[in-house]
Amino acid sequence: MNLFGLNLGSRRAKSAQTAKDRLQILLAHERSRGSGTPDYLPDLQRDIVQAVRKYVDIEIEDVDVRMDRSRDISSLEINVEIPADKKPGSDSKT
Amino acid sequence: MTEQLKEDPPFGRVVVITSGKGGVGKTTSAAAISAGLAKMGYKTVVIDFDVGLRNLDMTMGCERRVVFDFINVIQGDARLKQALIRDKRLENLSILPTSQTRDKDALTKEGVETVLNELKQEFDYIICDSPAGIERGAQLAMYFADEAVVVTNPEVSSVRDSDRVLGLLSSQTRRAETEGSEPVKAQVLLTRHDRTRIENGEMMTVEDVLEILAVPLLGIIPESQAVLRASNIGTPVILDEPSAASRSYEDAVARLTGQEVEMRIAGERRPGIFHRLFGRSA
Repeated sequence: MNLFGLNLGSRRAKSAQTAKDRLQILLAHERSRGSGTPDYLPDLQRDIVQAVRKYVDIEIEDVDVRMDRSRDISSLEINVEIPADKKPGSDSKT
Repeated sequence: MTEQLKEDPPFGRVVVITSGKGGVGKTTSAAAISAGLAKMGYKTVVIDFDVGLRNLDMTMGCERRVVFDFINVIQGDARLKQALIRDKRLENLSILPTSQTRDKDALTKEGVETVLNELKQEFDYIICDSPAGIERGAQLAMYFADEAVVVTNPEVSSVRDSDRVLGLLSSQTRRAETEGSEPVKAQVLLTRHDRTRIENGEMMTVEDVLEILAVPLLGIIPESQAVLRASNIGTPVILDEPSAASRSYEDAVARLTGQEVEMRIAGERRPGIFHRLFGRSA
């Protein structure tokens, strides 16, 4: 409600708070590394592919790296998709 | 809103959002236009060309999900599929963020072309959010464009810079350099339009600006509180609650797809003393 130019319990104040929270989380990560995205991700991805390839024949696009940054922790989620016909021991039955 | 469920093949239309001057609303417009196109059913991707000063991710609200970026793809460190971020609100919409650490020299014409060609296989609209200025990032954002949206404020330096950018669009782009090809289709998007100030004679009118720039008008976006709110919460204006700005963007997007929509000057008049005293929840 707007009374005498004062925003009482207004939505806008809430969106400003959201803006501040988002920036604080993002900038905390950026300042600690100089960037929002860690530089090691391409190398990490390459290493994972190499490690997995010792056992299973995968391509670089079979590795899916996801990151979610929040205030207290960041999570790094790595999914390696192993094509059905490339499982070790499955002597090409397709 | 017309729901247009599209069949392949995709259009693969490259649209640059540019302006020359900074702070006029390029990223806001790129976010709104891409979300608007996706909402209409077009498969849309929006690319941030402002290498080193990533901001589209914040406007789109996906800043915490960036893993790989445009530069990683150009340099072969990641596949395009891995760098594209799927919007959580619209399944037709993807974001290709830029790098925060590299500089604009990491962009190469060949690299940009390769990425755009790959995107054209999958998307109807490829929206390129240009950095301010007319240097490398801005040049490459416009180079492969089929269409341009020149974001302009009714203010002298913005109009002057838009004029400069229109000159570049008609000379420094692939379409300009390729004989026999249609020129880049450029349209002006007038943003931060303030009806009260125009009525008071303090601000140039739409006609004034168009007379100077001599290109068609894509839309008029009023100065609106909704724009700041949307950026605060990381939602394209068009996907936030309805406002004068969101309606104007929807009209502009419809025109971009070739629909004829009557031009209306949406007005958020600035609240007068009466409104300020007696309350008007915006």
